[in-house]
Amino acid sequence: MSLINPGFGLVIWMTLAFGILLFILAKFAWKPILASLKEREDSIDNALQAAEKARLAMEDLKLGNEKLLQEAKEERDMILKEARRLKENIMNEAREKAGVETKNMIQGAREQIISEKNAAIAEIKNTIASYSIDIAEKVLREELKDKGKQMAYAEKLLKESRLN
Amino acid sequence: MKRAGLLMLILFIISYNGLSQHPNEANDHAQENWQEEIVVQDFKAGDMIIEHITDSYEWHIINIGHTHVSVPLPVLLYDQGKFHAFMSSKFHHGHDSHLGYYITHEGFNSGKIVRKDAEGNEVRPDLDFSFTKNVLAIFLSIFFLSLIFISIAKSYKRRPGQAPKGLQSLLEPIIIFVRDDIAKASIGEKRYEKYLPFLLTIFFFILINNLMGIVPFFPGGANVTGNIGVTGVMALFTFVIVTFSGNKNYWLHIVNAPGVPWWLKIPIPLMPVVELMGVFTKPFVLMVRLFANISAGHIIILGFISLIFIFGEISTGLGLGVSVVSVAFTIFMDLLEILVAFIQAYVFTLLSALYFGMATEEAHH
Repeated sequence: MSLINPGFGLVIWMTLAFGILLFILAKFAWKPILASLKEREDSIDNALQAAEKARLAMEDLKLGNEKLLQEAKEERDMILKEARRLKENIMNEAREKAGVETKNMIQGAREQIISEKNAAIAEIKNTIASYSIDIAEKVLREELKDKGKQMAYAEKLLKESRLN
Repeated sequence: MKRAGLLMLILFIISYNGLSQHPNEANDHAQENWQEEIVVQDFKAGDMIIEHITDSYEWHIINIGHTHVSVPLPVLLYDQGKFHAFMSSKFHHGHDSHLGYYITHEGFNSGKIVRKDAEGNEVRPDLDFSFTKNVLAIFLSIFFLSLIFISIAKSYKRRPGQAPKGLQSLLEPIIIFVRDDIAKASIGEKRYEKYLPFLLTIFFFILINNLMGIVPFFPGGANVTGNIGVTGVMALFTFVIVTFSGNKNYWLHIVNAPGVPWWLKIPIPLMPVVELMGVFTKPFVLMVRLFANISAGHIIILGFISLIFIFGEISTGLGLGVSVVSVAFTIFMDLLEILVAFIQAYVFTLLSALYFGMATEEAHH
């Protein structure tokens, strides 16, 4: 029965000793150990969260890049389209301008040709007239070399004018 | 290495002290009481076992021939208004009396210091504060625990935020287990931190004393956790903490248990009485469970060892033959005891945590 007969002294000593142990371990062991464990767990947690955040940011960045690329492509296309349009315009304009110019030039040429033709005709007419006068003079001179014929001719002319 | 050396030195001094005081005395004693020694030779398994698992006023280490090698411990008595302090070696290993006090070997007080009163009855001194074997073992375990955990705490401070190393990595999973699977699971996320130091302390205190109890030689061998006084004090700590942290809901639950038919409470308060009894039976069961489990294991192991001597008394050959079987069973039991050491530390801590959880639970059901 001595087994279940607790010694009074042992109970007192045990209470004292266990109290001391509780104090020592709580203050010098459990507090720093548990604090370190918590700190380490928190830091691991934070690291994982940061990694997740970084991953998300990367994804965002990638998405942004793609969007940017898309925009750039669109802008390039737009610029190209614009350029093509401009080119077309310029070409059309040039073509139109050239057409007008050509027309004007042709018109000028035509007018010049006409005026030059007229001048030529006028000159021909003058030349022909002076030649005719020269020829007529020569013919008259030939014809009126003798008095008789001159007289006869004058007579004839007078007759003709009287008749008129 | 330095620490181990220091420990060896302490051990040596203690055992040398024990040795130096007694060989001659013990030899003289043995010669004088030759007849008595013969009687002592007669092997009594029951007495031997009880002697091994109960507390003692000296730390008996070994017998070499008739020489007892033991560590004498201080006896501190307060009796009849007087204070007595002397070493337990004065009792000559329980054979002599000193100042009228002697160690009785019979009755309820067997193994304890008594004196004869006027009528010749054995009575205990008024107060017996003796620094017994178990007290020394408790202080040794406290020394070891402080050494281990303060050194671990230092390595946590030295290597903050890094993976554990060495002893730290051996014990960290256990600390985390106690924190997450015992404290957090039983008490709840919000309040567990307040009770964690107590739970960790009690877990490792029980564990180290269970394990040291299995070791058959100094500084092990003291049956600390198999002593009802020790387990009683630990259960009392749990009881006091539960009682002081019990909230309104806890006490209301005892007075007016929910989900129970009203006629069990009025007019005869049957349930409140049962609940109130439960308040006291919980720590009582804690005390008995640990004490009984550890003592039982020691009794079985000592029983197997006793078999060798019982058969050895019949014939030496028989004793040797039985020793093979006994040692095999003892090894098996020792392995089982290592398992039990962990299980009982776990159970005591878990139940304490559950009681804390009950005491602090908020009304939500």
